[in-house]
Amino acid sequence: MGGALYRQSAQRRWAALALLAGLTVLPLLLQAVGHEFYVSFVSRLLIFALAATSLNFVVGFGGMIAFGHAAFFGAGAYTVAILMENGISSALVAWPLAIAVAALLALGIGLVSLRTRGVYFIMITLAFAQMIYYLFISLKAWGGDDGLSLASRSTLGSLPLSNDAVFYWVVLACLAATLLLLDRITHARFGRVLQAIRENESRMEALGYPVHSYKLLCFVIGGALAGLAGALIANHGQLASPSLLQWTQSGTLLVMVIVGGVGALYGGVVGAATLLLLEEVLSHFTHHWHAALGLALLFVVFRAPHGIAPWFHRRFSRSKKNEAPRE
Amino acid sequence: MTQLILEQALNGLQFGLMLFLLAAGLTLVFGIMDMINLAHGSLYMVGAYLAAAAVAASGSFVVGVLLAVAGTAVLGALLEMTVLRRLYTRDHLSQVLATFALILIANEAVRMVWGDQPALLNPPDALSGPVELGGFSYPAFRLLIIAVGTVVALLLYWVVACTRVGMWVRAGASNREMTEALGINVKRLFTLVFAAGAGLCALAGAMLGPLLAVQVGMGESILILAFVVIVIGGIGSIRGALVGSLLVGVVDTLGRALLPWLLRSFLPGEVAANLGPALAAILIYLLMAAVLFWRPAGLFPARG
Amino acid sequence: MSEPLLNIVGVSRHFGGVHALSDVTLDVVAGEVHALIGPNGAGKTTLIHQISGAQMPDAGRIEFSGADITRLSMHARVAAGVARSWQITNIFGRLSALDNVALAVQGRQRDWGSSFRFWAPVDAEQPIIDEAAAWLAEVGLAGRESTLAGSLAHGEQRQLELALALATKPQLLLLDEPMAGMGPEESERVVELIEHLGRRVSILLVEHDMDAVFRLADRISVLVSGRLVFTGIPDEVRAHPEVRRAYLGDVDA
Repeated sequence: MGGALYRQSAQRRWAALALLAGLTVLPLLLQAVGHEFYVSFVSRLLIFALAATSLNFVVGFGGMIAFGHAAFFGAGAYTVAILMENGISSALVAWPLAIAVAALLALGIGLVSLRTRGVYFIMITLAFAQMIYYLFISLKAWGGDDGLSLASRSTLGSLPLSNDAVFYWVVLACLAATLLLLDRITHARFGRVLQAIRENESRMEALGYPVHSYKLLCFVIGGALAGLAGALIANHGQLASPSLLQWTQSGTLLVMVIVGGVGALYGGVVGAATLLLLEEVLSHFTHHWHAALGLALLFVVFRAPHGIAPWFHRRFSRSKKNEAPRE
Repeated sequence: MTQLILEQALNGLQFGLMLFLLAAGLTLVFGIMDMINLAHGSLYMVGAYLAAAAVAASGSFVVGVLLAVAGTAVLGALLEMTVLRRLYTRDHLSQVLATFALILIANEAVRMVWGDQPALLNPPDALSGPVELGGFSYPAFRLLIIAVGTVVALLLYWVVACTRVGMWVRAGASNREMTEALGINVKRLFTLVFAAGAGLCALAGAMLGPLLAVQVGMGESILILAFVVIVIGGIGSIRGALVGSLLVGVVDTLGRALLPWLLRSFLPGEVAANLGPALAAILIYLLMAAVLFWRPAGLFPARG
Repeated sequence: MSEPLLNIVGVSRHFGGVHALSDVTLDVVAGEVHALIGPNGAGKTTLIHQISGAQMPDAGRIEFSGADITRLSMHARVAAGVARSWQITNIFGRLSALDNVALAVQGRQRDWGSSFRFWAPVDAEQPIIDEAAAWLAEVGLAGRESTLAGSLAHGEQRQLELALALATKPQLLLLDEPMAGMGPEESERVVELIEHLGRRVSILLVEHDMDAVFRLADRISVLVSGRLVFTGIPDEVRAHPEVRRAYLGDVDA
């Protein structure tokens, strides 16, 4: 298939495993050098990587430019917080419910939005996300402008999630599982169909595929995974904040995807890491780091127009450009 | 009751007309260049700040506003010639990324120049009081906004509908290649449209500044409203932008004023108090979703 | 003749004030090659759109295998056994030729089951790949499997287009000018292919090449300005005065 970016050579698989191993021992290394603070920072980074990856599945693989992904991210976070308010703190209950709520929301929004296309799709997804945002900040029962704070982190069997390192490992496991799942999906029948739909929608319809259902399901899977990311971010800061639902959050996730590489499996991860690390570093140097970040993004637009992950891919793989990968 | 409705309807009209000033430029840029410009709201913010500074420096509201409009128009033209022009041929994702970056830069630039505190922009003294309007009093400054908005809207409508430049703009919105084939300097036309759009943004910023706060981030919230307007109206259509603006302005204002009251008449007090503001806040988004559901290309589609 | 496979009854379609199709009644029986001819703008492609489900008629009824499919979506019609090709090549340019056809093969749910599968790698589904390769060979594209569809020659893309339609294993094949833009050699190959297919699949063929039409068609219908002027066997059509005046005259001239 044409999606060379999604193809994993043995070499890349080893690289991924090495990276996973490195990330697994990272908290121990940070503890050894006395920088435990960064464990929490990297957790946050991985959660955003998960959220951006879920959006990349919709944008890069489903070909739908969704500008309202924050709705699912935030819905996941609020589900966990609201359940916690009502005395349900088990992760095994709350997190799947967060995923389910986000998926249902995506189903509803997708059903209506997929009637439109192009710019109108971008705008209607934005409108729905705004609805969710205003709904949450005007409902005093759910914390209004202040958001809902969590009394503690979720409970997960006997795992002490309040320990930052343990929480980090759980987050890492969620991200790794998501990446594995998406890698499998994109190489399975469903993924092949999606890829072809992105290429030529009307032809797929004429081959007998119910195109609308495939796109909707892709949208729902993306929303569900964002819900998981939301459940994790609520646990991370022990707060479901309305800012998670804001349109700028949708924008930020989209920026992460574009920076990392639209349609690249690791695009969301690379984008989130780039953006958050840049933010962290720049804010050390200047009070006005937003402007510096803006300039960096402009640089990406005009110098690395396909994002950073594909740029790496081109540098470090010997894939032939004009031949389809499968012989 | 009628008075309240009348007053809120006037407020809605006033807000709608200001939205039109923002939406007009946005819809033309969107329609002609097929370009998503998230930084449109930043021009509105910069315009408001420039107006606050110019009014403070000159001591005259009129002079200040005119200076702000001119200054923002020049800034808009410069922005078009340096950055945005290179984005017309790019895909929507790149446009989102680049103009999102411009928002970050603009917000930070404003902070560097004017600081974190909101800027002060007062209406002219002569208009700070209310006027009697057949039985109820209405702020004079809001009447001025309605007057200015109406005049500019009519002027704009006339330019687009009746003049040669307007014909080019309309032609460009519906068929860019053909416009170029007619030998029109599309490049200069785009810059002109963009500068005009920026000027209108500044006018809206300056007029709304005394009512809403002049602060960093003011552009983002109103930008979304402007997008809602042009999507409802149909991208690229000035008529659509006008109808959409008034619709959004009136529905939003009346909804906020009347919905909680309406709900209270048939729902228990507590539920109504909770639900009213929430429903009012999402009313225009419901409106937009409904319009797109039945008319997926807006009320007045500009392209076939 | 046997029971009609496709039955079009009184189908009309207009765009604004233009009547693209007016009260068209036509049938295709099983196993027949039915050619649809007519001058440019007569509504031939529009009729194909109504049958394939790309557009819905304003009036009239379309029956396939005895079932009313007038309001069915395009993908449902494909599943029922109606496939089409396009006048302008419509393929997946950035996928390999083999992957193009594999998609069409995989789409046959009755043979391969649902494509809502999320785990097993598709590259390992050898039967699908083998069948796709067989279709490529059938239309004369053996050896071009791994070439990107977008970099095939124009004639080859037309052949691929045909393979895509065939791989859905239709009972009825709607071919919209399958030889458009082909050289004589490629055209000959397609004519032979259709001759060969004619025994297994019913075909509604829109074509401007009159030699091919008279060679292939069992029956010919003539469409002029959205109206069906005449339907008959090739010799009747050749002899029909109104048809000669309305259409064949233009071609001979």
